[in-house]
Amino acid sequence: MTATQLQGVGVGRLAVVGPVIQVAPLPEVADDAVVERDGVALSADQIRTVVDEAFPAVAADLQQQAADATGTVADVLAATAAIASDPALRGETLKRIDAGTAPIAAINGAVEMFARIFTQAGGLLAERVTDLHSVRDRLVAKVMGLPESSAPSLDEPVVVVAVDLAPADTAALDLDKVLAIVTELGGPTGHTAIIAGQLGLPCVVQVPGATKIAEGTVVAVDAATGGITVNPDDELVKEIDARAAAQVEFAADTSPGATSDGHKVDLLANIGTGDDAERLKDSAVEGVGLFRTEVLFLDRTSAPTIEEQSRAYAQALRALGGRKVVVRTLDAGADKPLAFATLPDEENPALGVRGYRTVRAHPDLMATQLDALAGAAQETGVDPWVMAPMIATPAEAREFVALARARGLKTVGVMVEVPAAALQARALLSEVDFVSLGTNDLAQYTMATDRLRGELSDLLDPWQPAVLQLVASTARTGKELGKPVGVCGESASDPYLALVLTGMGVTSLSMSVSAVPAVRYALRRHDLPTCQRLAELALAATSAPEARERVRDAVEPAVLTALG
Amino acid sequence: MVTRTVKVASTSGLHARPATIVSQAAAAADVTINIGLPGQEPVDASSILLLMTLGAEHGAQVVLSAEGDGAQEAVDKLAELIETNLDDPAVAS
Repeated sequence: MTATQLQGVGVGRLAVVGPVIQVAPLPEVADDAVVERDGVALSADQIRTVVDEAFPAVAADLQQQAADATGTVADVLAATAAIASDPALRGETLKRIDAGTAPIAAINGAVEMFARIFTQAGGLLAERVTDLHSVRDRLVAKVMGLPESSAPSLDEPVVVVAVDLAPADTAALDLDKVLAIVTELGGPTGHTAIIAGQLGLPCVVQVPGATKIAEGTVVAVDAATGGITVNPDDELVKEIDARAAAQVEFAADTSPGATSDGHKVDLLANIGTGDDAERLKDSAVEGVGLFRTEVLFLDRTSAPTIEEQSRAYAQALRALGGRKVVVRTLDAGADKPLAFATLPDEENPALGVRGYRTVRAHPDLMATQLDALAGAAQETGVDPWVMAPMIATPAEAREFVALARARGLKTVGVMVEVPAAALQARALLSEVDFVSLGTNDLAQYTMATDRLRGELSDLLDPWQPAVLQLVASTARTGKELGKPVGVCGESASDPYLALVLTGMGVTSLSMSVSAVPAVRYALRRHDLPTCQRLAELALAATSAPEARERVRDAVEPAVLTALG
Repeated sequence: MVTRTVKVASTSGLHARPATIVSQAAAAADVTINIGLPGQEPVDASSILLLMTLGAEHGAQVVLSAEGDGAQEAVDKLAELIETNLDDPAVAS
């Protein structure tokens, strides 16, 4: 048997090898199917009663499933139950039956009426169509007296393959026996992907041809690459087993971030809301390195009030219970326009009034935000770190520090995202308590490349030597002055680049919380002198691919095997 | 008939979580409460599906109406809920 390869979109970094089980969709029931019980066709009155009673029965089943589940699975099932108990859906179906439509056609017609409106509306509503269809399938099965789920009972650990899996179908599986989920449809942000993420299962969606794989065939599922290998060879199986073992190891590791010789590096999370902070309560992170406060401001016609802001900041400070929280003041403009803060018709918004520069047009926004943060600090007794985005000159840094200190905020810093700020690192650092490098914007401005232009992504590679040079010189200056230099941005979440940054003297790395375990693992397997050597290798490269290759060739082989 | 016009305060508009809370509150009322955009056909506020199809965004005006005993009270209660930002974590918890 030869190995064949299917390609989809992976969710997460996990990988696994196991036999396939196909979960077939429920058999289609024809619009004019005859509803019978014990071989006898029901009368029109009986049919109406059966349909009428099917709605609360399906809702009750889903509510029961929701009660048995936890977290996201429970939320999704509860939302699906709400659709099943919706009076309009039931009313619309019965109206059609009373008008003489066959029962299955009536259910399909009512569901499709809403599905069409939702699909046209797009966005969040369009995602609910899967839930609507899941409710429809259960209603039809209930009315016909058929089994309501096609989920097979699982005897051994398997890779579940389906065209698409509604959340209710996913929840109906014996999740202890599921190794991975592979679907032909579905999106990387859809319900099934979210549930798989919560359960820590490898998941690959949008895999054409997945349902053609025969049951029992062994496949290797790699969410890091999105690849499905049918009949994998021994070498691949061994590699995936090694990765799985390492993943178990680093998922269980909650020690503080440090190199193997004990050099401390704070591993921090990027968040956008107070709720995100709540979710970090039990996470092994040393705090929050970037609280993007603009999330509070987006999609609004007016700025949130001081009370509203203060509440959100206090929630985050309280949730982290004294761990470090770095709050970034409003970063509006460019790709994040705000109705009340952004100037309309800027020809070059990325180079216009954005980030800290908003203070020129709207000093009140900054004042309110700093007042709210100071209020939250006082209320919780936790001192937040605060920093301003898009600082270009030491004078701007001095101005921001004065505004923050006037309100009693103790630890004040700025972001280094503009090359001018990195080049002036010494003057800048002497104004502030700390800096944080926003490597995504620093790359955009250093390479003169729009972050939103996908076709130029090679120029925005975080391994670009020019960007690394600016990071290195800023980190070196911070070390000389004894001030913390952090990195928040894509760079920090790449375990190999994290080693390089640590070698340069970066003191904290902030990333999405899911990226922390791999970075912690890489750090713990290298000592500081090795990281410094890796930094030299990267800085001596003349291109991004060369920098990456040089570093990968020099890291511990076990780490390369574990992280892929 | 009692009618009242209110502004949607929830950040995400009448979607997702706010729609769930509003439809449940409407279902719990003793009278049928209708909700609609000004000048358009109103819908049953206890239906989460119909509520979401209104597409009422943050800041939109919606018209509530009800008839019969307790209509005023029911409309006022629902109006208060719609005028609250139900996406605010401090309100929700």
